[in-house]
Amino acid sequence: MKTFEYTITDPEGIHARPAGLFVKEAGKFASKITIAKDGKEVDAKRIFGIMSLGVKKDNVVTVKIEGEDEETACSTLEAFFKENL
Amino acid sequence: MITFSGSSVFGGVAAGRLFIFRKNENQVERRHIEDAEQEIARFEQGKELALKQLQELYEKALKDVGEANAMIFEVHQMMLEDLDYLDSIHYMIKEQQINAEFAVAQTSDNFAEMFAAMDDAYMQGRAADVRDISERLIAILSDTQNNTYAFEEPVIIAAEDLAPSETVQFEKDKLLAIVTRQGSANSHTAILARTMDIPAVIQANIVLEPEYHGAYVIVDGFTGEIYLDPDEETRKKMEVKMAECRAEKELLQELKGKEDVTLDGKELKLYANIGNPSDVANVLRNDARGIGLFRSEFLYLESSDFPTEEEQFKAYRAVAENMAGKKVIIRTLDIGADKTVDYFNLEKEENPAMGYRAIRICLKQPEIFKTQLRALYRASSYGQIAIMFPMITSVEEVRKIKEIVEEVKQELTELSVPFKEVELGIMIETPAAVMVSDELAKEVDFFSIGTNDLTQYTLAVDRQNAKLGDFYNPHHRAILNMIEMVVKNAHAAGIWAGICGELGADLSLTETFLKMGVDELSVSPAMVLRVRKIVRETRTE
Repeated sequence: MKTFEYTITDPEGIHARPAGLFVKEAGKFASKITIAKDGKEVDAKRIFGIMSLGVKKDNVVTVKIEGEDEETACSTLEAFFKENL
Repeated sequence: MITFSGSSVFGGVAAGRLFIFRKNENQVERRHIEDAEQEIARFEQGKELALKQLQELYEKALKDVGEANAMIFEVHQMMLEDLDYLDSIHYMIKEQQINAEFAVAQTSDNFAEMFAAMDDAYMQGRAADVRDISERLIAILSDTQNNTYAFEEPVIIAAEDLAPSETVQFEKDKLLAIVTRQGSANSHTAILARTMDIPAVIQANIVLEPEYHGAYVIVDGFTGEIYLDPDEETRKKMEVKMAECRAEKELLQELKGKEDVTLDGKELKLYANIGNPSDVANVLRNDARGIGLFRSEFLYLESSDFPTEEEQFKAYRAVAENMAGKKVIIRTLDIGADKTVDYFNLEKEENPAMGYRAIRICLKQPEIFKTQLRALYRASSYGQIAIMFPMITSVEEVRKIKEIVEEVKQELTELSVPFKEVELGIMIETPAAVMVSDELAKEVDFFSIGTNDLTQYTLAVDRQNAKLGDFYNPHHRAILNMIEMVVKNAHAAGIWAGICGELGADLSLTETFLKMGVDELSVSPAMVLRVRKIVRETRTE
């Protein structure tokens, strides 16, 4: 299992569009991927779930990836966060 | 004639027939079904069609209103494929043996409630998106979809409210104006209306009587008024306004998107002055590059007590967001002199223009000042805000202000409230400030010259006294020399200097200002393109 933490720098937090883009990105991998904030964990392949976390700027999210392609998934998603959020 | 009114989200005047738009308000029936597998297959088919329609809408919106506004339909597609949403619908069909329409309606309610309950205005607004995609699904499944809103002639749409998907489905060249009974200034519909350049009035008290359908109406998008069967006088008045709009539009077409650069390549920052968040629509419409003066007084004047930090934050944030990354220079409160408010308990003064006002109140009653600064810094995360202080006369005042600003930033940091660094500037509107502008320039990021007060103080002419009109001459060499001096001192210290007073919009001086090296002019939105025209025809050398 791979995991990383990220502090959101986008002033709007994870709003609808980046949530959608993230779901698309996560959907490319076979691994089980979750994203958590303050102990609430949701499936990263579900847009409503991610939006329901209500992630705002400066919140810390934890992404967990488990599966055969976890190595690539981890580096791709971490890069996605840095670039978009 | 019947007059209705609402709040304007986009200017312009339109006249034409009224089209009363009603949603297909199908009551969704709950039916028992025998074959759940078959019902799920029917649902999946409907979902595929809905996705296809959303893709088409996305492509249409992309063409009509641009990528930023079209994005909503891409997000809608993702929502429609959300596994939680689909699981819930499948589960209800299977377990409760109910029809797909009812399962969608139930799921829609549950998800919309979840968003409505979040403590975040943006997420609360997403409840409308859930309802929008669900209504589409239900209409497809129950075969009641009315996809084409084709009109014989251009119309003015009146509706309870419009979903974004409904707004873009109207044929663009058949839509004269939008009037809704609900809606907010930040709704997608309002934004789309702005992008489509048609007048829009929301929260209107119009009655959607079937008998009004087809009636002749005029919508004044400047005042938010709607005239049904207007009388002769109103018609004439509106025709004049429409002609003015057309002339402005022609100028717009010619100059919109063009740079504010002189013939010899000198660039000017051409910004607009506003006094209310609702003026932003006009700023964008006239294509100003930013807001050079946002007077914060409205917050105090429209209130019966000191506006709270939260109220102020919301107003500043809305403007910063709507300007989408363009600069917004907000001036701290300029109460006093001719703008008084009861709850400030200001004493009556012999000479209020030189009295207890503006920054003087802020420095004497720092709690009022700090509330405003906290709101401004909190809003800074949402756009490109700059702060400007009025009525400065000395370097000491500026240093004191900067100390208070540091305290506010420290407090916000301790509370881990996010904020950005903002540019701090001052108004140059007293002769004293002009004379020490060399020193002041080392303390701040920019100067904005307030020519109205500067003229009054320099020429010793009371602006309020009508008898003195002949003596109030802002073209006086004293004033022009002062402006030149301020610009020189600003440039020597490596900062920029602009003009936000009435004089900035004086077209007979635009060339003079450019030659002096003035970096920015902030004028009323309606003047932006007129100034641009001259800038583009001027040579400074």
